[in-house]
Amino acid sequence: MDMMDLEEFTKNLEAEFEDIEPGTIAPVTNYRDIKGWSSMYALIIIAFVDTHFDIALNADDLKSSQTIQDLYKIILDRKKS
Amino acid sequence: MALFKTLNVSVKGISACVPKEKLLTREYEYFNEAEKDLFIKSVGIEERRVASREITTSDMCFVAAEKLIKELKWDKQEIDCLIFVSQSADYFLPATSIILQHRLGLSKHTMAFDVNLGCSGYIYGLQLLSNLISTSQIKKGLLLVGDKSSLSTHIEDKSTYPLFGDAGTATALEYDVNGAPVYFNLQSDGSGEDAIKILDGGARNEVRDDTFEIKEIEPGIKRSRRHLQLNGIDIFNFALKEVAPNVNDLLQFAGTEKNAIDYFIFHQANKLINESVRKKLKVLEKEKVPYSINFFGNTSSASIPLTIVTEIKKEMQQPKKMLLSGFGVGYSWGSCIIDFDKIICCDLIEI
Repeated sequence: MDMMDLEEFTKNLEAEFEDIEPGTIAPVTNYRDIKGWSSMYALIIIAFVDTHFDIALNADDLKSSQTIQDLYKIILDRKKS
Repeated sequence: MALFKTLNVSVKGISACVPKEKLLTREYEYFNEAEKDLFIKSVGIEERRVASREITTSDMCFVAAEKLIKELKWDKQEIDCLIFVSQSADYFLPATSIILQHRLGLSKHTMAFDVNLGCSGYIYGLQLLSNLISTSQIKKGLLLVGDKSSLSTHIEDKSTYPLFGDAGTATALEYDVNGAPVYFNLQSDGSGEDAIKILDGGARNEVRDDTFEIKEIEPGIKRSRRHLQLNGIDIFNFALKEVAPNVNDLLQFAGTEKNAIDYFIFHQANKLINESVRKKLKVLEKEKVPYSINFFGNTSSASIPLTIVTEIKKEMQQPKKMLLSGFGVGYSWGSCIIDFDKIICCDLIEI
């Protein structure tokens, strides 16, 4: 599977969340600022990344990242190694 | 590696018991509407059963066992082994299995002991009992498995309270020279001990003055040190890393092709976790992976037999090759490949 680019990653991740107007989330969005953010959102992100990239994000990965872009970078780094 | 090929033993029947009382996610007062929607969609729990004060795990297992013994037309005097797997025993001591031996009217020649495991408990219990039967004079044995998890969650802890349901189950195993080999792969990793834990009340942290004090851990999470704590992200990460390789190793050890498996029954942890595991294992046929979590929540060690009873009871009238997998608290996890040859599957009991 071709690696999705950052824009696609953001759009696809946004589609995983409930009740969010399309286009609300940008690569620079701090995902913890998403309306109604809870730990359940974290699980949705982990499931999404695992399904699409076969990478298991852990608690430290989430702690060390703020934005969608940060998450994408972790995935890229992990893919390389 | 704790890989096993166990011979000369068969599962003869399964029975499950849940409390009558339902709690609906829609009615959980500490979730707002958006949280309810998200929880039902992603975790997958719409309702669950919660036992009243006077009903314990052993009561549910007792009822399940009585019905199963009756439907199998077993002579109670021939049951030589009883294993009770639970993390909600009746007392600190004696072991609940021994109380159940007497309560069920089994003979004094019965070997009875408890096993303290949660979500992986059904697989461990099956392994222990089948191995005992395979290598001893024991001909018939009962595996009683379940939990009253509602005992240990606090209503103001959104990370645990809406997740767990109560259930007790019974599984009957018998010595059978025609039984197909049963394969197991069992694992543990105690570095995850804090991921799901009750801090106080054991020997490490005895009950103390502030044990029952309810504290706010973070917004939406209030509990005491006697309540269950759960780190969803760590658990999820563990399940994603460990479950699929464990299952794949087992398939390889058993020399079984994935498409020879009729049903994959996973511990009902959380729909997001289970769906991720299903995709990792590349099991594309959703109907091969039944769920009971929608109506019963996470029922700990009871979730695998409960799912069989509630979701594929009719299919058990035909021989089926099953892959069962349990994973969670500990961390502890394991899987098994087992042939069910027209087992008795009792109707779900509600008490």
